[in-house]
Amino acid sequence: MGSIVMRGLWLVMGMCATSASLAAEYVPLPGGSFASVLGADNKAAPAQIKPFRLRTEPVTNAEFLAFVSAHPQWRRDQIAGVFADKQYLSQWASAEALGPNALPRQPVIRVSWFAAQAFCESEKARLPTWYEWEYAAAADAHRADARSDPAWRDHVLNWYSRPSNTALPQVGGEADVHGVRDLNGLVWEWVDDFNALLVSGDGRDQDGADKARFCGAGAANMQQKENYATLMRVAMLSALKASDTTNNMGFRCARPE
Amino acid sequence: MKRLLMLWLCLLFVGPVIAAAPLPTDSIYQLGAKLTDQDGHSWPLSARRGKVQLMTMFYTSCTMVCPMIVDTMKATRKAVDEPARDKLDLLAVSFDPARDNVAALHQYAQKRQLDAPHWTLARAEPQDVRALSALLGLQYRQLPDGDFNHSSELILLDPDGRIIARTTTIGRLDPAFVDAVRKALASS
Repeated sequence: MGSIVMRGLWLVMGMCATSASLAAEYVPLPGGSFASVLGADNKAAPAQIKPFRLRTEPVTNAEFLAFVSAHPQWRRDQIAGVFADKQYLSQWASAEALGPNALPRQPVIRVSWFAAQAFCESEKARLPTWYEWEYAAAADAHRADARSDPAWRDHVLNWYSRPSNTALPQVGGEADVHGVRDLNGLVWEWVDDFNALLVSGDGRDQDGADKARFCGAGAANMQQKENYATLMRVAMLSALKASDTTNNMGFRCARPE
Repeated sequence: MKRLLMLWLCLLFVGPVIAAAPLPTDSIYQLGAKLTDQDGHSWPLSARRGKVQLMTMFYTSCTMVCPMIVDTMKATRKAVDEPARDKLDLLAVSFDPARDNVAALHQYAQKRQLDAPHWTLARAEPQDVRALSALLGLQYRQLPDGDFNHSSELILLDPDGRIIARTTTIGRLDPAFVDAVRKALASS
């Protein structure tokens, strides 16, 4: 009897979790011409960004748990090794329970690019492109592009000095001018074209050795050297393999408008 | 007659059993991508299972490194003696699904004399191209003029789709890589 009640309770909770993930909020961003740190032509050409919708918050542990419950091939005990390393979701108590080290409203971390992409597909979305992400993250509470403000740069840079052994905050930071939260200051985020950024670990390589490895004009040149917080993100993303998971890499999703 | 019937029955029952053996967890054939080849046939990536594959990614309008990638694949195949050579499949998947339709792939195969059955040129939908490149550890980015920056590598897959060797040497033979191809064919 008790177990039937429990099962019913789990079912209801499961449905709530599922509807919570369906209810993820996306807001429209206008896009347009954007001066990225990565020139579209490997020089200084601005990126052209089509209007798109962005998830207002990074994906949380609770949302990712609902996803793996509905798509068990992405559970940490069932995922194919080619799609994620051994650290995948290892902060959870088990393959189907969050436990004390993963609060429901904390952003999910230790997810691979493949798992993030699969989650977004389950929301009829995809990962944002680098240009979409960088463009969205340039906003503050009042401006779509606050990057020339030293206060914005300090805010973004300050996050990097936060010790990584402190507990992750929960999602729900201050909304920016588009209504998007937590782009800066919570977790690193996967982008769809993380392997398109073409920045080698050593910038000095780019005119020499890399030209032999890459077809075309060589590796991308980075612009706006003063935005080193953004450049660090580019370097981080391009150093990763799609199956890698890290202690502070989460994600959010985007949709074409 | 009876023996033939038995053989036929064995093939009928054993064939599917072999094909249905679970994929290794580190096989790239775990990816549920759909590819379409130069003859317009569509198949799941996992349909490549069963033979050693020499694989790369390229695009047909690429005038710089891509012709050399194809030449290097040809030379690598040629460096393997008959009859092992015939057990090797060559697969090149396009970075450029917008321009590389079936007709473009077909024309490229004819022009470069990339003959079926051992050569396959294929395209996939953009999200599958990105996922496949991520799986293979290749990088690419499209430029405003439509060209691509991309890494140039040859990748060797065992019959179950595991990456067993790779080389960034393009334009000449990489002896260690050729050796890996020979070994893979000898044990397949």
